[in-house]
Amino acid sequence: MKVYVSGDAAAVALGADEVAAQITAALRPRSITVVRPGSRGYLPAEPLVEVETPTGRVAYGPIFEEDVPSLLPVLLEAGPHPRRLGRLEEHPFFVGQRRLTFARVGIIDPRSWSDYRDHGGLEGLTRARALAPSEIIARINNSGLRGRGGAGFPAGLKWKTAAEAPGARKFIVCNADEGDSGTFADRMLMEGDPFLLIEGMVIAALAVGATRGYIYLRSEYPLAIATITTALATARSEGLLSASFDIELRIGAGAYVCGEETALLESIEGKRGVVRAKPPLPAHQGLFGCPTVVNNVLTLAAVPHILASGPEVYAGFGMGRSRGTMPIQLAGNLRHTGLYEVPFGLTLGQLVDEVGGGSLSGRPIRAVQVGGPLGAYFPRALFDTPFDYEAFTAKKGLIGHGGVVAFDDTVDLAAQARFAMEFCAVESCGKCTPCRIGSTRGVEVIDRIRGDQDRAANLVVLKDLCETLRFGSLCALGGFVPYPVESALQHFPEDFQRAPQAAGPGHLPGRSQR
Amino acid sequence: MGHSSDFDPAEAARLALEHSHQEGALLPILHALQGRFGWIAPEAVAWVAERLNLSRAEVHGVVSFYHDFRDHPAGRQVIKVCQAEACQARGARHVTAQLEERLGVKLGQTAPDRSLTLEPVYCLGLCGNGPAALVDGRPYADLSGRGLARCLKGVGR
Ligand SMILES: Cc1cc2nc3c(=O)[nH]c(=O)nc-3n(C[C@H](O)[C@H](O)[C@H](O)COP(=O)(O)O)c2cc1C
Ligand code: FES
Repeated sequence: MKVYVSGDAAAVALGADEVAAQITAALRPRSITVVRPGSRGYLPAEPLVEVETPTGRVAYGPIFEEDVPSLLPVLLEAGPHPRRLGRLEEHPFFVGQRRLTFARVGIIDPRSWSDYRDHGGLEGLTRARALAPSEIIARINNSGLRGRGGAGFPAGLKWKTAAEAPGARKFIVCNADEGDSGTFADRMLMEGDPFLLIEGMVIAALAVGATRGYIYLRSEYPLAIATITTALATARSEGLLSASFDIELRIGAGAYVCGEETALLESIEGKRGVVRAKPPLPAHQGLFGCPTVVNNVLTLAAVPHILASGPEVYAGFGMGRSRGTMPIQLAGNLRHTGLYEVPFGLTLGQLVDEVGGGSLSGRPIRAVQVGGPLGAYFPRALFDTPFDYEAFTAKKGLIGHGGVVAFDDTVDLAAQARFAMEFCAVESCGKCTPCRIGSTRGVEVIDRIRGDQDRAANLVVLKDLCETLRFGSLCALGGFVPYPVESALQHFPEDFQRAPQAAGPGHLPGRSQR
Repeated sequence: MGHSSDFDPAEAARLALEHSHQEGALLPILHALQGRFGWIAPEAVAWVAERLNLSRAEVHGVVSFYHDFRDHPAGRQVIKVCQAEACQARGARHVTAQLEERLGVKLGQTAPDRSLTLEPVYCLGLCGNGPAALVDGRPYADLSGRGLARCLKGVGR
């Protein structure tokens, strides 16, 4: 018999290690194993405890340290308890989901190679090994998989370009920099099913003929770093990685712009994370000048399923040109935050009001930022927008890496616009002028607007500045910062007509500009 | 993090050995040195430059580019509290003010007795349970609820 206590960083941050220690100590005489899986993804229930029963796992949560004494007497019989949630498969947060990429996360022991194999791991790779590289690429193409890091570029096309580029050495680089606020799917995947990512990278290597892989993981994720480090060692000893294709883990150093693929490559090379001009594309000349595929964690982690079940299954989900499922991350001021993997197509309103259950504070939700710090703020009037790359673009927004951050009516959108500009100024790599200087000007102009200095004239200046940033920036850091700013201006103009609200988030203290 | 001590070339050489096989090893070496010595001192910059056959300016340029690398020592404990949007939406600003008051340091500053440094960080991937913080690499969440007391206990307050 097994008991599961979530070992995900979100659970640990709420005391799961102490809970697990108490349960382990109590159950040791009965030789019951306590497993530390990743998170099932329903975050209000963390720390989550589950017990194996003949009819499946029964969940309890949240279980804090002080709840353990009352839980222990009923746990093994899966008996009644105020925090008993029952079988999560029947829980409202889970019934609507379609988990392809996150199927094993929260279920298996992320350290266990045999768990991975017993739960369908390596099936995709086994299929891939029987195929020619061009056939693997054709399957990825036919699945319709697009990059999950933000830009939504077709994965198969990127692989094909790198496969056809001449080069004695080629690289697969996994972008695990996940800098967008409101996103945590990469982290959850790496902490909960690390071998899936490794398998996806090995398949990518077969397809493009790569000799080495890198995972660039942000330093803000210490638990994911530990899990991936262990998993890489296991993958080597189990022969999944070898001299012909090995993966090296590289740790970021707190620069948001290093999530941009060319800055990321510079960083792996040991340099400042300065964005490169394109062309050349990384697929032609990437890491150390060699053909390189840079893909997000979720893109690579979607690959094994596509190979195992067939591209038509994956392509059978979704809407329009957004095929398959998206691990959506519900965050901020929502009651039901968490990881919600569904086919593309749910509306923003369904995600926020139905799945998310409305605001945690109980106040009306006023704005939702989708797609990280460079994503637009959507008002309730746009809640009918379906979660789909093109639909969001049509409404002057983006889905990015799938983060949905809700704010209640205490939010000051002028303050949020200022924050976006200042974040851009602080995180700019400094290579292009619009991003480096324009964002600083943006902060000053917004301050003047809020301070009622020539408000009307400065509103025009701000709009002009956004145009300059959009068209003059080298990468999407400066190029996309107009999204949050202009959406705030367009949908919440009243916030720019008044003095700063005390509750609004302020400036970025203690982090100097480059 | 946490323990700063004087730069020691012999110790640095031992740490760097582990990275000698790596291509583009500057960041891994800087991480290792900062992990051991708490910051990247000028002697460390000079030492790394010589070892990797780079100019001091190049190494300094890298150290100053990345927010993680310190060119002066931090406090014995480092508390990074999230200031990004999802945590803002869950009360990060108020929590930051509370932390400043309870710890007696402003965000971005080190206590005069060097016991701790309070720093901003932009997203820890705990955005569904925020406001969130890292204390010497240990995650804390729900800082506007029960998490604040746990976090302060983690800091020893
Ligand atoms: C400022 C900036 C930050 C980015 N951060 C990330 C990131 O953290 N993770 C990521 O996968 N992609 C990020 N991207 C997108 C990458 O440049 C690139 O498109 C992506 O890694 C390609 O992988 P995909 O096709 O699998 O999405 C960022 C882009 C920009 C401009
Ligand atoms: S925004 Fe604070 S943890 Fe993500």
